[in-house]
Amino acid sequence: MRRLLLVALAAAALTLPLWAGGAYYVNLASQVMIAALFAMSLNLLVGYAGLTSLGHAGYLGLSAYISGWLMLRLGWGHGAAAAAALAGTTAMAALFGLVALRASGISFLMITLALGQILWGVAYRWADMTGGDNGLSGLTRPSPFGIDLGPPDRFYFFTLGVLVVVAGAIAIWVRSPFGASIRATRDQARRASALGFNVWLIRWLTFVVSGFLGGVAGLMYVYYHQFISPHSISLANSAEMLLMVIAGGPGTLVGPVLGATLVVLLKNLASAYVDRWVMLLGIVYVLIVLFLPGGIVAGLDRLGTRLGRGARLPSRTSEAPAPPGATEASH
Amino acid sequence: MSFWLIQSLNSLALGGVLFTLAAGFSLIFGLMRIANLSHGAYFMLGAYVGLSVLDQGYGFGWAILAAGLAVGVLGAVVERLILRRLAGKTLAQVLATLGIAFIIADASLWVWGGDPRPVSAPGFLRGAMHLFGLTFPAYRLAVLAISIVIALGLWLLLDKTRLGVMIRASVDDMQMARAMGIPASRLFTIVFCLGAALAGIGGVIAAPILSVYPGMDADMLPLALVVVILGGLGSLAGAFVGSFLIGFIYSFGQVLAPNLAYFILFLPMVVILAARPRGLFGRLSA
Repeated sequence: MRRLLLVALAAAALTLPLWAGGAYYVNLASQVMIAALFAMSLNLLVGYAGLTSLGHAGYLGLSAYISGWLMLRLGWGHGAAAAAALAGTTAMAALFGLVALRASGISFLMITLALGQILWGVAYRWADMTGGDNGLSGLTRPSPFGIDLGPPDRFYFFTLGVLVVVAGAIAIWVRSPFGASIRATRDQARRASALGFNVWLIRWLTFVVSGFLGGVAGLMYVYYHQFISPHSISLANSAEMLLMVIAGGPGTLVGPVLGATLVVLLKNLASAYVDRWVMLLGIVYVLIVLFLPGGIVAGLDRLGTRLGRGARLPSRTSEAPAPPGATEASH
Repeated sequence: MSFWLIQSLNSLALGGVLFTLAAGFSLIFGLMRIANLSHGAYFMLGAYVGLSVLDQGYGFGWAILAAGLAVGVLGAVVERLILRRLAGKTLAQVLATLGIAFIIADASLWVWGGDPRPVSAPGFLRGAMHLFGLTFPAYRLAVLAISIVIALGLWLLLDKTRLGVMIRASVDDMQMARAMGIPASRLFTIVFCLGAALAGIGGVIAAPILSVYPGMDADMLPLALVVVILGGLGSLAGAFVGSFLIGFIYSFGQVLAPNLAYFILFLPMVVILAARPRGLFGRLSA
């Protein structure tokens, strides 16, 4: 059943430009996938490590600004700029991790929020470097192996490729013994520590990997929009990523993709028909946490159980965060 | 010489404004363990409400009163209707308060428009004050005085009244406090209402200094967060000291290194977190 679903999904994704009905929808699909990349990278922290970060858009900005700045101001090529952007973003994540992991829980969230806002402040105020409120424009898409990624169809397949690679890497990582130890630090930090796991190091490595993947997503973001401004690093954007993770189902592989699809489609639909879509988004936040606890994946799961068809996605739900007070990890 | 004095006064005034914001945030966190990310929005809403009252021709005192009341009532309603249902679910509360912040921000944009609105200080504080042969902008001194009065009032409330004893007991040990018959649920509403009202009042007294503009909420929230991270969560003294510390660092940073003013905020936070993860006065670990 699941395999069939997966094949159908893959077939739909591979043929999407044929049936989507125009460049607008193909671009929308690319946007969904880029958002999914962000949500998946954030999910490593929020879902698997149990560390709620509200500064993830900072990595988007850092990687986009570094690559954009190097290409515009120093005339670097795409490959070198991308490598430098990823290296810089990863280094910043390593540094931020040192600061933020002095705390956990709400304090961790507040520190990541403050760090993210500081990056926003730098992008906004340091106008000589970043172009201030105007941002950096006039960027281009790369042409790997001489293939121009300008047309929507080609960029769609490029994004799909990146998404599949990143999703595969994350799937392998979280199912590895190291992935199990990440979940152990989330569910039973003290017990994991007593068993000889270096909880801090495991969390820090997860933090850094999450930042690196955020940087990858940031590159895709800037390739898609060919433009970066402080607006993209704002708290609202970090919050949107967190909403995608939580709406989809934290600690699951498909959750962030579902959440990203929901939020991006809603945003596009709403902004087309309603003037006040920020308010609508705010209402959606409140409604989701009030009525969809655990996210779409858990909701589907409950629905599946209720219908009694056995559509329970067992390996996924067992990765969901244990409720507070649970004494045993489910593994 | 006078540069340093004037800048110091600016720092003190900003510190006072930050205190009205951070005190409520810190109290709410200490009692309810909620990171109230709509706190910046309450601040902005207070400023806008005050602006409207002033536009109607009423005085500054009425503006402060109206903003405090309106935002306080809104806070109580939000606590009763939404946050109450999410008790104990940290992540859900964070998203809910963010959602509320977006709703307030967009509603403010709708009602008051997107242009920054300057607010003038009350007439008798508009000029400069001459003291010891130096001139000071009078309004900044007044802001400092108001914030000190608020701090004293809060200290009296927490330290000398029965309500304060109940709040402090609940901050220290919620389970024990409940077992002793303290009505924790009512305290939650009172403290959330009080914190929101303080933020609203802070918005009004900040308006002549900062003016009122969309995005004010997102500008102020991180400052409040840095203050409570520095000072320690749930501690009034921590919020007080942290506010003035950040007031100084931010004001001087903006003058001496305007490009990096935001970045400089990062440094004290790093130092404090490295040395004392709970903050200067913090006893709570989140």
